[in-house]
Amino acid sequence: MTRDLATVRDLVRETEVHRDVYTSPAVFDLEMKHVFGNAWVYVGHASQIPAMGDFTTTTIGTTPVVMVRQGNGAIGVLINRCPHKGTRVANEPCGNAGRFFRCPYHAWSFRLDGTVAAIPLPGGYENTGFKDSTAAQGMTPVGHVHVYRDFVFARLAESGIGFEDFFGEGLSSIDNMVDRSPVGKLEVVGGVLRYLHKCNYKMLMENLTDTCHPMVAHESSAGTAVNVWKTMPEGTPRHPAVEIYAPFMSSYQFYEAMGIRVWPNGHGHTGVSHSIHSDYSAIPGYFEQMVAAYGEERAKSILDTARHNTAYFPNMTVKGPIQTLRLFKPVAADRTMVESWTFRLVGAPDRLLERTLMYSRLINAPTSPVGHDDLEMYERAQDALHADANPWINMQRLYDPGEEAQASAVANGTTEWQMRNQFRAWKALMREAAP
Amino acid sequence: MTDHEAIAFVLHEARLIDEQRLDEWLDLFTEDGRYWMPLEMGQTDPILHNSLFYDDKILLRIRIERLKGAKTYSQKPKSRCHHLMQAPLVERREGGEISTWAAFHYVETRLDEQTLYAGWARHTLVVEDGRPRIRLKRVDLVNCDSAFGNIQLFM
Repeated sequence: MTRDLATVRDLVRETEVHRDVYTSPAVFDLEMKHVFGNAWVYVGHASQIPAMGDFTTTTIGTTPVVMVRQGNGAIGVLINRCPHKGTRVANEPCGNAGRFFRCPYHAWSFRLDGTVAAIPLPGGYENTGFKDSTAAQGMTPVGHVHVYRDFVFARLAESGIGFEDFFGEGLSSIDNMVDRSPVGKLEVVGGVLRYLHKCNYKMLMENLTDTCHPMVAHESSAGTAVNVWKTMPEGTPRHPAVEIYAPFMSSYQFYEAMGIRVWPNGHGHTGVSHSIHSDYSAIPGYFEQMVAAYGEERAKSILDTARHNTAYFPNMTVKGPIQTLRLFKPVAADRTMVESWTFRLVGAPDRLLERTLMYSRLINAPTSPVGHDDLEMYERAQDALHADANPWINMQRLYDPGEEAQASAVANGTTEWQMRNQFRAWKALMREAAP
Repeated sequence: MTDHEAIAFVLHEARLIDEQRLDEWLDLFTEDGRYWMPLEMGQTDPILHNSLFYDDKILLRIRIERLKGAKTYSQKPKSRCHHLMQAPLVERREGGEISTWAAFHYVETRLDEQTLYAGWARHTLVVEDGRPRIRLKRVDLVNCDSAFGNIQLFM
């Protein structure tokens, strides 16, 4: 079934969306082209590629790309496809290419900026007009790359919205995560947890600011953790995992009061005043390091910011207080690869990293009970959405007809405004020419 | 503990999982026992590198109670599992500990899906109160760094 952009935009209404945006391969193809082609998408972290020739491979939408440290120290992002026959050039999740990428099929080699370095038997291309071919341009760089405090984003399209305009104040959540290092630096460590979801990637994005589900869907995991803990003898030291699980069972009133903030272009976050990350035990020595680095007032302000999930449209989220990043990589309308990345706060005690890894393992891994709770809901929805009787998904909670006119706002923590905000951004990009 | 007793214990342990006698299974662990499934081949550090599991007894207890829960929707309907194990080898005896190694295939199934995992189980056993107990069960999957769907039971 083919779709034109105007009818696809009609699938998104103010307070409800048609299920085809989650189930239709034709809509998915248009999203890859228009949303993922024009948005700024996270591709990796500079700490993953410290030396010249270091690379990591990933996707922007479904487009394979390679992020590489070039000779001048700059970071480039190239479409990971040989211009000759289309072979994927860099195949490992990460590695070092030396000074050149070399295609394993016919040994065409490329400088780290993608330009052709050498082709075997070059005489065969003389007097063929090859110099004017697309292939002679080498591996295609993406439209634009922007590195913000070591977070690398790329936009496939050559023209369109600028990086700062796209993210605006939303960058403050990345700032807060980086500022939690006494030396203002993060390092990707601990490995990556990869969790295959048989559902549309947008379900994960919407769940980020869905604060009416934890006490219901996670009663099985977080509720059980609380109940098991109650059976322990009095005086048993607080278990770090129970400290992670228990806040999921907070009341509706807790979530209502924590607040949700929305920003332009589909970004937003939960946990304006407080969050489920507010009450973790202090790690000995860390606060003192922060005071020494920033002064007491600023250190307190950094550490008191306990934002829960910051949703970066279209497919990334960070948790500053626990130093994790998740990327929801679309594979097909009904398939999403969820990657959970973890950061070391450079200069801070190792126990912070230990907690970060435990959080990621208990909440975001394929072996995580909380993950099982969520995935069950997504997969049930992905299946049952095929029912024609009611093809609409509701996102009307705390809707205000005047909200579209407000670019940024803080609202009740159980609003579905941020879900609507994401779809407004989605709709704006589903056009022939980028806005 | 004789070699034969250690081998019989490891096979019995897998059977308890397959029969979902999980309270009995948990009781096989020492109070400081751990169930570890690394994320990386040859991983040595469970603290500052992530793992698929690195559970102490309280975390295992939470998982087991959760699997029984009336509101555990990812277990409606329930998962089942099946181990096929090679005869374990006794690899090492040191300071009262016995280490065994066994290759296995493991199937976890729910609804119409059946997923096959393959790996090696390494048990570190001690004798406590006159019976063998698990101080560490390390499960190395042959594809530990692959993407997975839900792994809800124990290997």
